[in-house]
Amino acid sequence: MSEILRFATAGSVDDGKSTLIGRLLYDSKSIFEDQLEAVERTSRDRGEAVTNLALLTDGLRAEREQGITIDVAYRYFATPKRKFIIADTPGHIQYTRNMVTGASTADLALILVDARHGLVEQSRRHSFLASLLGVPHLVLCVNKMDLVDYDEAVFERIKGEFRDFAARLKIHDLSFVPISALHGDNIVHRSQNMPWYEGSSLLHLLEEVHIASDRNLVDVRFPVQYVIRPQDDSWHDYRGYAGQVASGVMKPGDDVMVLPSGFTSSIAAIETMDGPVEEAFPPMSVTVRLSDNIDVSRGDMLCRPNNKPDAVQDVEAIVCWMHEQPLDPNGFYRIKHTTRDARAKVSEVLYRLDVNSLHRDTDAPTLGLNDVGRIRLRTTVPLFIDRYERNRTTGSFVLIHEGTNATVAAGMIQ
Amino acid sequence: MATKYELGHLKALEAESIHIMREVAATMERPALLFSGGKDSIIMVHLARKAFWPARLPFPLVHIDTGQNFPEVIAFRDWLAADIGARLIVGSVQDDIDAGRVFEDPKSNAGRNRLQTATLLRTIEEHKFTAMFGGARRDEEKARAKERVFSFRDEFGQWDPKNQRPELWSLYNGRHRPGEHIRAFPISNWTELDVWQYIADENIELPNIYYAHKRPVVHRDGMIMAVNEFVTPREGEEVVEELVRYRTVGDATCTAAVSSAAANALDVVTEVAATRITERGATRADDKTSEAAMEDRKREGYF
Repeated sequence: MSEILRFATAGSVDDGKSTLIGRLLYDSKSIFEDQLEAVERTSRDRGEAVTNLALLTDGLRAEREQGITIDVAYRYFATPKRKFIIADTPGHIQYTRNMVTGASTADLALILVDARHGLVEQSRRHSFLASLLGVPHLVLCVNKMDLVDYDEAVFERIKGEFRDFAARLKIHDLSFVPISALHGDNIVHRSQNMPWYEGSSLLHLLEEVHIASDRNLVDVRFPVQYVIRPQDDSWHDYRGYAGQVASGVMKPGDDVMVLPSGFTSSIAAIETMDGPVEEAFPPMSVTVRLSDNIDVSRGDMLCRPNNKPDAVQDVEAIVCWMHEQPLDPNGFYRIKHTTRDARAKVSEVLYRLDVNSLHRDTDAPTLGLNDVGRIRLRTTVPLFIDRYERNRTTGSFVLIHEGTNATVAAGMIQ
Repeated sequence: MATKYELGHLKALEAESIHIMREVAATMERPALLFSGGKDSIIMVHLARKAFWPARLPFPLVHIDTGQNFPEVIAFRDWLAADIGARLIVGSVQDDIDAGRVFEDPKSNAGRNRLQTATLLRTIEEHKFTAMFGGARRDEEKARAKERVFSFRDEFGQWDPKNQRPELWSLYNGRHRPGEHIRAFPISNWTELDVWQYIADENIELPNIYYAHKRPVVHRDGMIMAVNEFVTPREGEEVVEELVRYRTVGDATCTAAVSSAAANALDVVTEVAATRITERGATRADDKTSEAAMEDRKREGYF
């Protein structure tokens, strides 16, 4: 059985990110001949000497015209061991929101640095954002090792420097791989050019990194998405609560509590069209039937009576602001949290964080596009929350502008 | 213990798609599922059945019919809708041609493909749909690789690729004003291989033209085109009978076949795993018009 590994890549054009992705796709036979021919043709038409693999990922006309990546692009490849979903994000500071978007669902962040330049401001920022978004695994690829004569000392120096920096972040699992994306060193196979490197190749690492234990299997959280009530004679009294398990393991017979009502019941059955299941765990989509006829609707949450999320109307969170129009410090927004939809008022801007220096500016009056900061919100109804660090589903939300309906911020509950 | 709570990649994709469909049904007032009779829309119907079982689909199927479809596909469409008790709405491109709203370009390779946009937008407006499920996948094409799962369309049905809503975690923003709508893409993260593996695993029925069969064809511009009422041999083209199957099922005028002996879904999985050409690249004349052909059509409101 093969799992899915979602990873986000960050770096600028010069780091060789597109070449690396092209290499992973090509070596896993996920680039097709017609795609390659199309980019070869375009490269030739533009008079470029070598085939520009970045053209494979730069999908929008504006991106190809400007030669930059504007938006998150999703790429796919598979090996017999795993299916991989790459969120390929642009590197510049004005695209912080895209990096945040790509990292929000990632199991792993892959950050590239150029061996000749070592850590730059961007590498620090990307690592910080990955840790902020709770990405469990981080791989620092030191690229272009061929241009520093495959020198171990260069690799060790960058590694040491990064370790010192990463000590200030919450990164649970950190790996380093010296590579040359252009020549394929340490991408699929261990490189002959770097016998001093004893770790695994990048692809091997991606295939083997243990992600099953990253999920929270302890706290049962089942946000009710949809109530299934067939208007049909053969299913007359059927009432099922459909949703995706956010965390924890649910079994028939388990006692559950329904929030916000606080009523308790037990799980009569966990059903799917393929038949009942004995256990439901994240990220399964199932339908739960309860033993008692109690009122449950979308936006409610099932949990265990002795392990409940906090029900709060005052929420403190780190947010990434994603819109040109800055945060209105006295404004109202729509908030989407699990399956709840409510209004939220900004109570306070606590500080703005410099994503390069990690300095906190407590005098910041507001947050602008691509700013990261800590704010407090008051919501019209209670939200059932856990801290983001413990639960990426019940700890996250987005804010939506009430007038334009634009998604303006992503929040991680502290 | 370590491996006990792992979900295989197809089951994880299925769970994600079901989640998206339920979000749409729960938060959007009048959704509908765009059904072409192709394999991607057929697995969407399969996923929708799973999402709402034991209830019926809480939305109708909508087919934008160019009038130039493979007859096998139309027969399959009618059978499937009846079989699952779904309402089927057909928007006819011929109606828009007859009413003079759109004009056919007799020289175009893409047939009536581009004309579908007008019929699609008219159907959405007539029925006041607020969300349309589409079976597009991000692996199909470069512009699609950047499209959101909930993709906003303005009152003209236009997609603005530079002004998309950020989409994080599994929180989807479907808010819109009257006249605007959302295209929802539940199988965004599936690849062609995933689709075929799922069809094999789940024993999903498809129109028989997806499997190897003999039919008279001509070779045109490096593609294998079936000879039928819409495609007639041009001068110098030789009609030959070959063993072929279809990788995509669009208009009979612009969809090409591939040489294949794959008789069932498992054979196709093997074939797809070994293939070196994308399905649209191999078989869709409509995408060959330009490098940004798909982006341009999508901006106008295409699927």
